[in-house]
Amino acid sequence: MEALTNAVKPRRSASALVQRYGTGLVLLLLAIVFTSQNSRFLSFRNLGYILTDVSICGIVAVGMTFVIISAGVDLAVGSALGFAAMGAAWVIKLSGFNLHPAWFFALVTAVGLGAMAGYAHGKITTVLKVPPFITTLGGLSAWRGATLLINHGGPIHDLDTGYRWWGNGSVLGIPVPVMIFSIVASVGWVIQRYTRYGRHIYAVGGNVEAARLSGLNVKALTSSVYVIVGTLAGLAGFLLSARLGSAEATAGTGYELRVIASVVIGGASLSGGTGGVGGTIVGALLIGVLSNGLVMMGVNSYYQEIVIGLIIVLAVALDSFAKRRG
Amino acid sequence: MSAMLEARGIAKAFPGVRALDGVNLQVDRGEVHALLGENGAGKSTLLKILSGAQQPDAGEILLNGGSLDVAQTPLERQQAGIVTIYQEFNLLPDISVAENMYVGREPVRYGLIDWSTLHRQAAGILSILGLQIDPRAAVRTLTVGEQQMVEIARAMTFEARLIIMDEPTAALSSREVDTLHRIVRELRGRGVSIIYVTHRLNEVSTLCDRFTVLRDGRYIADGRVCEHSTDDLIRLMVGRNVDLLRHRRHRPPSDEALRVEGVSSDPGKRARTTSLKDICMRVQSGEILGLAGLMGAGRTDFARILFGADSCTAGTLWLSRDRIHMPRSPAEAIHHGITLLPEHRKRDGCFLDQSIRQNMTLPSLKQLTRWKLFVSDRRAVQFVEKYRRALGIAMSSDLTPIGHLSGGNQQKVLLARCLALAPKVLILDEPTRGIDVGAKAEVHELIRQTADSGVALIVISSELLELLAISDRIGVFREGQLVAEVDGETATEQRVMSLMAMGAAA
Repeated sequence: MEALTNAVKPRRSASALVQRYGTGLVLLLLAIVFTSQNSRFLSFRNLGYILTDVSICGIVAVGMTFVIISAGVDLAVGSALGFAAMGAAWVIKLSGFNLHPAWFFALVTAVGLGAMAGYAHGKITTVLKVPPFITTLGGLSAWRGATLLINHGGPIHDLDTGYRWWGNGSVLGIPVPVMIFSIVASVGWVIQRYTRYGRHIYAVGGNVEAARLSGLNVKALTSSVYVIVGTLAGLAGFLLSARLGSAEATAGTGYELRVIASVVIGGASLSGGTGGVGGTIVGALLIGVLSNGLVMMGVNSYYQEIVIGLIIVLAVALDSFAKRRG
Repeated sequence: MSAMLEARGIAKAFPGVRALDGVNLQVDRGEVHALLGENGAGKSTLLKILSGAQQPDAGEILLNGGSLDVAQTPLERQQAGIVTIYQEFNLLPDISVAENMYVGREPVRYGLIDWSTLHRQAAGILSILGLQIDPRAAVRTLTVGEQQMVEIARAMTFEARLIIMDEPTAALSSREVDTLHRIVRELRGRGVSIIYVTHRLNEVSTLCDRFTVLRDGRYIADGRVCEHSTDDLIRLMVGRNVDLLRHRRHRPPSDEALRVEGVSSDPGKRARTTSLKDICMRVQSGEILGLAGLMGAGRTDFARILFGADSCTAGTLWLSRDRIHMPRSPAEAIHHGITLLPEHRKRDGCFLDQSIRQNMTLPSLKQLTRWKLFVSDRRAVQFVEKYRRALGIAMSSDLTPIGHLSGGNQQKVLLARCLALAPKVLILDEPTRGIDVGAKAEVHELIRQTADSGVALIVISSELLELLAISDRIGVFREGQLVAEVDGETATEQRVMSLMAMGAAA
């Protein structure tokens, strides 16, 4: 049979390169600028600090990548994180600090509570057909309220050394949270790239009706991403409380913005179907490097917020500009 | 009677197609003028030129004796008094009937919308048309038929002198059709001219005064409806040579692949769906069953129910003589070996931003996994390559987004997706819509090859010639019923067309 015309060759134009590696280039540029301003920026100690700082948000951002690829969004991750951390610490406190090892019970509780919150979001979204924006906006408020309720708004201190190791210890010189972030990101990447489940999530986000007509169980797939992000928020909550040595009622406040920003800067579209864990890691690093670097340059923290806001908008503007040109 | 509209020598060419070639049309004042022709005869192009949506390459248009600038925009045409009501309505569903009628031209007092005047004016027009519609109701709450009436009421607000209606009754129930006809007569009585496009020929004889027939982009004839029988009209509309396209297959009788009995559905108020009544049908392995019917006859609804995409109220299904439950989801249908190529390629078929590989392999990823878990890139590449060769898909890389391909190649990718599921029954809904002539012939050949390999095919098409060219048997749908089945070998365009337009009685 004769081949038809009209096939389009992929073009390697400058704009295509910008689209693909733009965020990475910006990250590199920032690192160079900050190093030139303050040589301590590139010190082992500071890099470890940046990575640990990025890790806790980054773990949630890996889950958020699945949600955003499926054309959903989860605004409740910060509250779910706080709720899971507080719930876990409360279980330890309730036992009179007699559970051993405490971290194990806390980890299981935190992950379980996070997964449960995500399961609730998923079911409400798919069964009651509430848009995820609304479901999780409700969750944002409700889980924070529940967190405050658990210990009457107060923190839970005195987490033991074994517990705190998860936030402050290191293995072979690598901080434990960074280690866990690397594992989570790798597993997330493999799932997205190489499993049917991962490919199905892209399909649901790309065209939900076509996905249904291709025989996918769209409802189950949609629910599942909220369970993933909730579980990871629970894990992050555990790590955060381990790092701080206490569970704070306000832990995770505002994380949703930073997490969503990481995913979007990493090239995912809020309309679904595109994005990936690789981009999200770069996005999370970009935000981490930016806030750390600005601190080291002695920039007022209020300005930092403004700069991060501008970077988010700029990254997406650059991406959509490159798409139009490409 | 004097001419309200005269179009002379209208010509329009698209790349590779001459859509209109010296077409004339004359519509008198206060008459209902039927514009007739098969799909692809050039009716839609002519309507677009009259409404200002497209510019003709040659020809002139006169309204009320005065020449119109052919470069006018649709808005300027509306102001000149030519209003078009398309099949896909242009109403805003969430705002009220009255606002829809006057959108952009709301009466204003002191810089604010004068709601009482707006509602009074809208109610006035609705009552002239004898409609019981609340001008304050949101359009979304109306039935499809009522929405159509609102479109007509909106046309009245422009003081339209010529209203163009493109298949206005295609989606209406028979009671709504009666209301529409009453309103059309009312408008005619007020001196408004109407161009009425329909495939239902009984409407032509009951409603229309004169007609014009187009065929293959050319003017064929015009005349008074009362002087011509329906058979005369069909003879004028058809007349292309089918035999050139026919490739008769020699097919020994084989086993029954699919049988359904008593399939009925009630879509309720869902727009643009038809309720099915007691559909019974059987298809053999290796057979191509074509489904003919007008828009809204229920063919797509039937296909979607068979595939589990929509629900039915009754029906029994046998696959290879085993009785099974009507599929409740596409996943279940695919599991049983029924696959559908959906009607709207871009809307329901493609993941436009995603790669050809992702689009083609999606439902078959299980075949491509290692240790039942990880999708192997190597196997995916081989998979795509196999179908690229078999179907002759022109593409540079399997990672190119499918949206970059031509329509014909997109359709082949989706066809490959269906074939890879190794279906026993494959339903193709408008498999060649919007693809060029060369690709069409290739798709026809693929359909025949698929049937030869033992798959039972159900093919829906609005192009009669296509159905006649590929079908072993043709089932004709009309108003939600399967009214007739004819042998593909002996069927003629005329016979099928009259069954589609008038039912088994004709």
